[in-house]
Amino acid sequence: MDAVQLQLMREVADLHDVPEGAYNFRANGESVGRNSTANIDITSKTEGSGIDIRIKPGTKNESVHIPVVLSESGLKETVYNDFYIGEDCDVLIVAGCGIDNCGKQDSEHDGIHRFYVGKNSRVRYVEKHYGSGNGDGKRILNPVTEVYMEEGSSMEMEMVQIKGVDSTERATIAELKKDAKLVVRERLMTHGSQNAVSTYKVSLNEDGSSADVVSRSVARDSSYQKFDACIIGNAACSGHTECDSIIMDKGRILALPALEANNVDAALVHEAAIGKIAGEQLIKLMTLGLTEAEAEEQIINGFLK
Amino acid sequence: MLELKNISFGADSDGKKVEIVRDISLTVPDNKFVVITGPNGGGKSTLAKIIAGIERNTAGSIIFNGEDITEKSITERARLGIGFAFQQPVRFKGLTVLDLLRIAAGRPIKMDAACEYLSEVGLCAKDYINREVNASLSGGELKRIEIATVLARDVKLALFDEPEAGIDLWSFNNLIRIFEKLRESDKERTIVVISHQERILNIADEIIVLADGRVEKQGSKDEILPEIIGTKYAAGECYKLTEGVKGNA
Repeated sequence: MDAVQLQLMREVADLHDVPEGAYNFRANGESVGRNSTANIDITSKTEGSGIDIRIKPGTKNESVHIPVVLSESGLKETVYNDFYIGEDCDVLIVAGCGIDNCGKQDSEHDGIHRFYVGKNSRVRYVEKHYGSGNGDGKRILNPVTEVYMEEGSSMEMEMVQIKGVDSTERATIAELKKDAKLVVRERLMTHGSQNAVSTYKVSLNEDGSSADVVSRSVARDSSYQKFDACIIGNAACSGHTECDSIIMDKGRILALPALEANNVDAALVHEAAIGKIAGEQLIKLMTLGLTEAEAEEQIINGFLK
Repeated sequence: MLELKNISFGADSDGKKVEIVRDISLTVPDNKFVVITGPNGGGKSTLAKIIAGIERNTAGSIIFNGEDITEKSITERARLGIGFAFQQPVRFKGLTVLDLLRIAAGRPIKMDAACEYLSEVGLCAKDYINREVNASLSGGELKRIEIATVLARDVKLALFDEPEAGIDLWSFNNLIRIFEKLRESDKERTIVVISHQERILNIADEIIVLADGRVEKQGSKDEILPEIIGTKYAAGECYKLTEGVKGNA
């Protein structure tokens, strides 16, 4: 990998070196490094583009890194990655995509991730998106995430997109069985004329299942965001969705938290708040010696931490 | 030394111009503990905000350590060594107590230094240092964290705007102790507190009484306190209650 690609790797996966455990590195549409372990097997799909990741039942404290980088202008790809996680696992999966586009043509990566989480397994999933480069070509990421959770499983998803991605349409669907638990933490900052749409549809299908979907976002300059999260309660379950946003400059945000209860024992809550940075917060930090711009940065960094 | 020269401040209220501070001139000497008291609406908080640059005086000038700071911004005044503790401390989603103390100190202070500031205001550091300064903190806790941010800045002039407002009696007793400790500290620091509380007035070197936007009295504690004790300018903790009882009798 070249210096640009390595920098992208650092941004999306905090990777400074080859990670321990299983990994698959994809750069400009090709696999440039792969490692399977005794418990985690990564194979290329026989049909179409993408990989299958199979994690053996009982695999604990292991990780899989599957970062993707694009540094060629004009590259467009759709990749299917399927994760089959056995029963009683406890694993960390780090994905993420970095695009550096210095050219005139748009670069686009659409990653379709499907997770089949086995009974009583725990998964932590981290996905970061990052864009750089000063070309006119757009940096586009349209991830689709599907999560199918078996009884007693839990999944914590951290989705971060702070800089440089011009256009995103993220769609996440999840279906949960008995006592399964899904936690989503999304952090998003858009600037310039960026556009970001994030849609969630979480179905709590069996008793004891729960979901907590929280998004914190900042829309600056003339960027646009749409957050559309629907939790569907089909059993005795609990669901919470929250969208908390700071709006700045000429930014625009549409927040659509939604709930659908199809069972009398479904306990569902949603919250949404959009507002600019409070004047008194700026003043407080200015009395501590920060300039107005520095105060703004501190407030945003804290909010998106 | 802080000198206020002919400070006035007016605001529009229902289309009418209201003078909140009227031609105030006073001097706050270095390293003194000064309490500004007076009836509500007398201009105390406004005056403190004018000194910190949060409100802009409509007339007059402010001299701080020989420098005219009238036209200086909040940030510039803060960097010259003026600290301000808000009556209603501000909450921040995501910023932790440690973040705020680091911002206040203006340098990447170590955890133990940050903890020391918290201990100074009577908070057990390990319970608080990584907490977010958000709605999960009580009024009394926020107030003490607010004071800790001013201490962390190592200011030359610290302004406290009604520190007793909005806290319960238990927190109030702790707060008094914090101010007594500040008073005893050998740091070269001038402290100006806006307060009605007798126990805070009692530890003052100097008392200034503001009423109707003007300085009504200014002098040493021994001189002023006997004149105002038991009045609404110097209330015990239960002033409002006893007033109520008298009213009913």
